[in-house]
Amino acid sequence: MENTHYIVALVEDRPGVMQRVSGLLRKRNFNIDSISVGATEIPGISRITMTVRGDRVTLEQVMKQLNKLIEVVKVSELNPRESVIRELALIKVNVKSEGARAEVVQYANIFRGRIVDVAKHSMVVEITGDEDKVNAFIELMRGYGIKEIARTGKTIMARGAKSVKPRE
Amino acid sequence: MRMKGAEAIVEALKREGVEVIFGIPGGASIPLYDELYDSDIRHILTRHEQGAAHAADGYARALGKAGVCSATSGPGATNLTTGIATAYMDSSPVVAFTGQVATLFIGKDAFQETDIIGITMPITKHNFQIRDVAEIPEVIKKAFHIAQTGRPGPVLIDLPKDMQEGEAEVEFPDKVEIVGYKPTYEGHPRQIKAAAKAILEAERPVILAGGGVIISGASPELIELAELIMAPVVTTLMGKGSFPESHPLALGVLGMHGRKVANYAVTDADLLIAIGTRFSDRSTGMVSCFAPEARVIHIDIDPAEIGKNVRADIPVVGDAKRVLRQLIRTLKEMMAQAKTKAWVEKIQQWKKEFNPRMDYDDVPLKPHRVIKEIMDFLGEEDIVTTEVGQCQMWAHHYLGRSKPRTFISSGGLGTMGFGFPAAMGAKVARPEAKVIDIAGDGSFLMNIQELATVVENNINVVVAVFDNRYLGMVRQWQELFYDRRYSAVNLGSSPDFVKVAEAFGAYGTRVEKPGEIRDALTEAFDAGKPAVIDFIIDRECNIFPMVPPGRCLKDIIE
Repeated sequence: MENTHYIVALVEDRPGVMQRVSGLLRKRNFNIDSISVGATEIPGISRITMTVRGDRVTLEQVMKQLNKLIEVVKVSELNPRESVIRELALIKVNVKSEGARAEVVQYANIFRGRIVDVAKHSMVVEITGDEDKVNAFIELMRGYGIKEIARTGKTIMARGAKSVKPRE
Repeated sequence: MRMKGAEAIVEALKREGVEVIFGIPGGASIPLYDELYDSDIRHILTRHEQGAAHAADGYARALGKAGVCSATSGPGATNLTTGIATAYMDSSPVVAFTGQVATLFIGKDAFQETDIIGITMPITKHNFQIRDVAEIPEVIKKAFHIAQTGRPGPVLIDLPKDMQEGEAEVEFPDKVEIVGYKPTYEGHPRQIKAAAKAILEAERPVILAGGGVIISGASPELIELAELIMAPVVTTLMGKGSFPESHPLALGVLGMHGRKVANYAVTDADLLIAIGTRFSDRSTGMVSCFAPEARVIHIDIDPAEIGKNVRADIPVVGDAKRVLRQLIRTLKEMMAQAKTKAWVEKIQQWKKEFNPRMDYDDVPLKPHRVIKEIMDFLGEEDIVTTEVGQCQMWAHHYLGRSKPRTFISSGGLGTMGFGFPAAMGAKVARPEAKVIDIAGDGSFLMNIQELATVVENNINVVVAVFDNRYLGMVRQWQELFYDRRYSAVNLGSSPDFVKVAEAFGAYGTRVEKPGEIRDALTEAFDAGKPAVIDFIIDRECNIFPMVPPGRCLKDIIE
């Protein structure tokens, strides 16, 4: 059965490592919806979060193939029901009237977003949350006219004491 | 100690025990070559970088240790890529060095600059670009370690010119630690036990031996296992030589152009013990009807191969040699009797019935006859390399081999032009062995320039050209599946291979009659120089048997 799987890879922070990972996913014909990368608590180790579509066999292959990359230190699958999944989006929206401005500020408050930039006819809203929340907010903003959207892609962390660590 | 980058490279190579490098220098690798000038490492100047890569690969496959090749930046580096991809597909430990423009020029589209790191990422086990002179010893140590351990494969090291010329304080480590690279060698005891249990329950077991058996040096264990459990053995193309094809339990090769008995045995088996094989489509035929009745034990050092193409009921991740030892020990402890008597008898019956005919007297020559004469001529330690196409499949099917590392062929990538430079590399690795390249005229032409290399360096290999003036395998498919519409396969009458050989300073001879084959082989191997034998074969002779594409192994046609 085709599902979305959340994969976290800890990788050595070296030039080209993202190309190795994304190139592997492409050459093996795997479908990814989202990929993001950032630093971790360990110096020299970065964390890549990927969402991959496919059945169990595909998922297993993705993980095994990723593990073969020399600069990949650890690969884990996280269960989305037992994890926190977040994405950050910056949305630049038109505010042609004072009324519109007030409404956008209100919506941003309801979604616990923040206004991070204000100009004469536009504002930038920062919103954080799971994919559905971000999508819902973007839908609301469409009526005002969206000038630009920038999304980070998803990142994920298991709830509780369990954590993704390199092998000892 | 303080030294120049190029000096550190050569010193590191010496410490790795490198005796020979195949390559061509160029602007971006002159500092390295300046250092090689004073070193004891033998450098063999090939005439094309592809030849250098295949030669390093042939050397590695003949010897079981890393082969080294070198090229300059840009076109030199890109010319290596077919050889690197070939080594990657067949898990061969090749270490490739490429010159690169100086660090300051990288990304500026400098003269002879190419992004060889980006280009070779998908076709190397790993690659490195030197960014700091001081890291050279460690990177080279890592490169050889990665290339030769676990599932072997090619590793490329890109050397910007300023890194070769610059000086630094360097230290040569005795070993390296790579956090993300820890191959599993021992099989998990629980899986070994499960495998042993399945083996003792089986009535119709078949062992499928792949290239991994040869890589891990597991042939003695394979023979012991087969005799212990009385199971017939089939091999893949890459596994040819891992089990003596003269052995009573040997069924030869399986697959698209495999032995009928091998394909039938796998189809009827109730247990398949697959060792060091990735279940290539050329070996399995259509996967849905591959070994349909069998439980599958899959032993492989690469966990990603398990379940990739064929489901495994009992996976065992580990090195073939160690896992087989564990398995044999466990089986002996269980002390049960093999239940395979009826199966082995049936197989022997098939083996007799399907024994292929080779003794043709026809003119023009039948390739089977030429293969038979070559097989009879060679000793079991001598080396056969092949080009790709019909010639390769004739050798694959008919030319029996008894020892590992004596049959060298581009299995995965199917690289025409591989066999001749690979023969050169194999001969350098094992000078005492006779080395012959089973070639087609189309393939030989793809790296024929290496005749100059073998002549200049007295590397006395023999090229047996199966000359049908066609790209024969494509022609065969066009004949069988495209209504005999022979599109772009006729090679015409050029060149005269005897004259070409002579022009390069090699020995050349032409054979048209079966009675002349043996003498021609003797003369070629005694010529005191490299030799080319131009065997004029039946132009439209096909390689049979054959499993048509997309069909089951049992649908083999003759």
